[in-house]
Amino acid sequence: MRENLHRFFRAARGAGVHVSPAESIDAMRAVASTGLSDRGILRDALLLTLAKSEEEKKALGACFDLFFSMPEPQRGSDAEGTNADAAEATQGEGASGEADASDAGLGPLAQMLLSQDRAAIAAAIATASGAASLSDIRYFTQRGIFSGRILEQMGIQRLNDDLEDLTATNPSLAERLSELTEGLRETVRDAVSQALLLYGREEAENLRNEILRNAPLSRIEPRQIEQMRALIRQIARRLRDRYSKPRKRQRRGHLDVRRTLRRNAAWGSVPFLTAWKRRHRDRPKIVALCDVSGSVARVSDFFLLLIHSLHEVVSDVRSFAFSGQLIEVSEILESKSAEEAMRDIMSRVGFGSSDYGNSFADFERQWMESVTPKTTVIVLGDARSNNLDPGADILRRISERAKRVVWLNPEGRMGWGFGDSEMPRYATFCNVVRQCATAQQLERAISDIVATYR
Amino acid sequence: MQTTGAETVAEHRPVASIEAVESGLASQGYIASRQIATAVYLSEQIAKPILVEGPAGVGKTELAKAIAGWRKLKMIRLQCYEGLDEAKALYEWKYAKQLLYTQILKDKLGEVLGGAATLHAALDQLHDFGDVFFSKEFVEPRPLLQALEQPGGCVLLIDEIDKSDAEFESLLLEILSDFQVSIPELGTIAATVPPTVILTSNSERNLGDALKRRCLHLHIGFPDSRLEERIVESRVVGISQVLRRQLVAFIHEVRTLDLKKQPSVSETIDWARVLVLLQASELGHDVVRDTLNVLLKYESDVEAALPHVTSFVAKAARPNVFGSAP
Repeated sequence: MRENLHRFFRAARGAGVHVSPAESIDAMRAVASTGLSDRGILRDALLLTLAKSEEEKKALGACFDLFFSMPEPQRGSDAEGTNADAAEATQGEGASGEADASDAGLGPLAQMLLSQDRAAIAAAIATASGAASLSDIRYFTQRGIFSGRILEQMGIQRLNDDLEDLTATNPSLAERLSELTEGLRETVRDAVSQALLLYGREEAENLRNEILRNAPLSRIEPRQIEQMRALIRQIARRLRDRYSKPRKRQRRGHLDVRRTLRRNAAWGSVPFLTAWKRRHRDRPKIVALCDVSGSVARVSDFFLLLIHSLHEVVSDVRSFAFSGQLIEVSEILESKSAEEAMRDIMSRVGFGSSDYGNSFADFERQWMESVTPKTTVIVLGDARSNNLDPGADILRRISERAKRVVWLNPEGRMGWGFGDSEMPRYATFCNVVRQCATAQQLERAISDIVATYR
Repeated sequence: MQTTGAETVAEHRPVASIEAVESGLASQGYIASRQIATAVYLSEQIAKPILVEGPAGVGKTELAKAIAGWRKLKMIRLQCYEGLDEAKALYEWKYAKQLLYTQILKDKLGEVLGGAATLHAALDQLHDFGDVFFSKEFVEPRPLLQALEQPGGCVLLIDEIDKSDAEFESLLLEILSDFQVSIPELGTIAATVPPTVILTSNSERNLGDALKRRCLHLHIGFPDSRLEERIVESRVVGISQVLRRQLVAFIHEVRTLDLKKQPSVSETIDWARVLVLLQASELGHDVVRDTLNVLLKYESDVEAALPHVTSFVAKAARPNVFGSAP
């Protein structure tokens, strides 16, 4: 059983539940005291000791159900649970069964199949899986290898020899056996698929996320958009966890004379109670100007999604979208779901040819007062203004008012300044200019912006 | 007081089984789901605190009270809030008493020091003296230290841990894993009998991994209708079976709505009491309308629920397909 529990812990890690050694020890102790007789209680005990949040509980519950539902051998009608104990027992049985089998000269596997001893077959598969270290399976491409290895462990070689012999001597039995063999192959395949589901999930997920993180946002396929949104949400959660921790109040430092005197006014300003100066840390105030024209639109989409899911970290976000002209979109983003909001924004200003000069002028006219010395202004765009007036002087004025101006450009640095790109001219008035084409770059950019307020 | 001795012997027997926990809690009027009972049983078996999470009013705090009542242990409660610190949670020196004693012992001090021949000898004597003032006599135990010092063990309830500062969590770690605290002047104080520790949280902020790792994590959600009916039965005296079933069915319908604050078990019980007081034998449209504010705590929620009242009452009145619960 210990072995089985260890495999379960590994499967749990695959399901995204963090199981530390200490937790696995706790789980072992818990299982030892509750016993294994009741499956429901075993499930509860594992859930209590391993999962540490509601999401983890859900994932672990599903993982438990999957783990303890072994695939049945083909033609099996009764769902008989098998475990390692049975597997060890049947190893010996397989050998002894050879003696009393009627079809002399057949290998143990053939006999086992012919006797249709489902429990024994399942157990044999389990042992063979153990020997083939099936729990190391990581990628779906490995399915064939592992199926092969398991069958080999079970003695498929001998079975094939038997089959060949039987075709000559006893065709009807051979036919039956070959049918059974096919069934066995299928069962093993199922077992391997299930194992992949259990143990390979984490790796597969990591690999997929890694690819997704480094994929250019502007060119991802429509089917990946949902995955990307999930990834962005994950990034948002990580940033929140990192930056939303309550800041430690400074307890010592310089005496705040004014506050001390005021507080002690009741005692004729004899300072019974002291007040200390505290360093006040602001939460980031962000004004985001996003180009939603053409190729930049998708990046803006994800950027806005990210920045608006950072409520705990960022105290005030106002976002504006522009291509030909500029409008405020904060409310649309707050009130609607991500997809709807984006569709709405696009229908209002999207997909025109971008005019940076005009858009900046719009911003200066109507919303300039929203930029204060505490504000970080983020401009997201490719700085290609179609040879129109770039309005760089307006950006200068914005930069003079703001704490910082950060320009995120989805284009590679190579393209900056070529063609109608005005990036070098804008860069003069920005504190930071960085490329921001992938989810990873997006995360780093936002993380840096938030970190400057610490 | 004579009986307490016998009881302390009895209550230290380990709990025999999960069923025993269930019936024990039930004797206190706390109807536990099997998962809750398993958690309590396990916390006893492997000596771990339970961290209970879940929406407000599902009986997180009640659980601690029920355990204390059932095992006849003293319950010590530490209510967490922002700014709670060591001095209020763990221990504090009785400064006033220390000062007072030095004043009173002033003459004695002179006597003691008067006998010293040299400055060094006087200092040595003074050192001995200082230790007197930093002894257990002058420690004011706060809830956490009190819990460790209970001779017969106790139930320690650390309520709403998510309201405290993140630093406070670190303070708890030593107590939760080893049931001991270190006071620099006195050394380590270990629990005579490890207390049963229950922490509750409304998930207002994410707790640290270190804290979570040291606890069994129990999530109490809204109970299913069968369990909730049993809870109402045990908590509300004189409620008819019909009303009970309808009431619970109605509340389960309400929980499907998108509300600011879902009605939880405590609201169910309150509402049931109100209905019994109003001598309602069945759930009627008018009665529900009049008493909806017991169930829902926000005006906007009441407004959201009002249009559905008629259909929910009708649904609840329909006899259960599986027959009414026993």
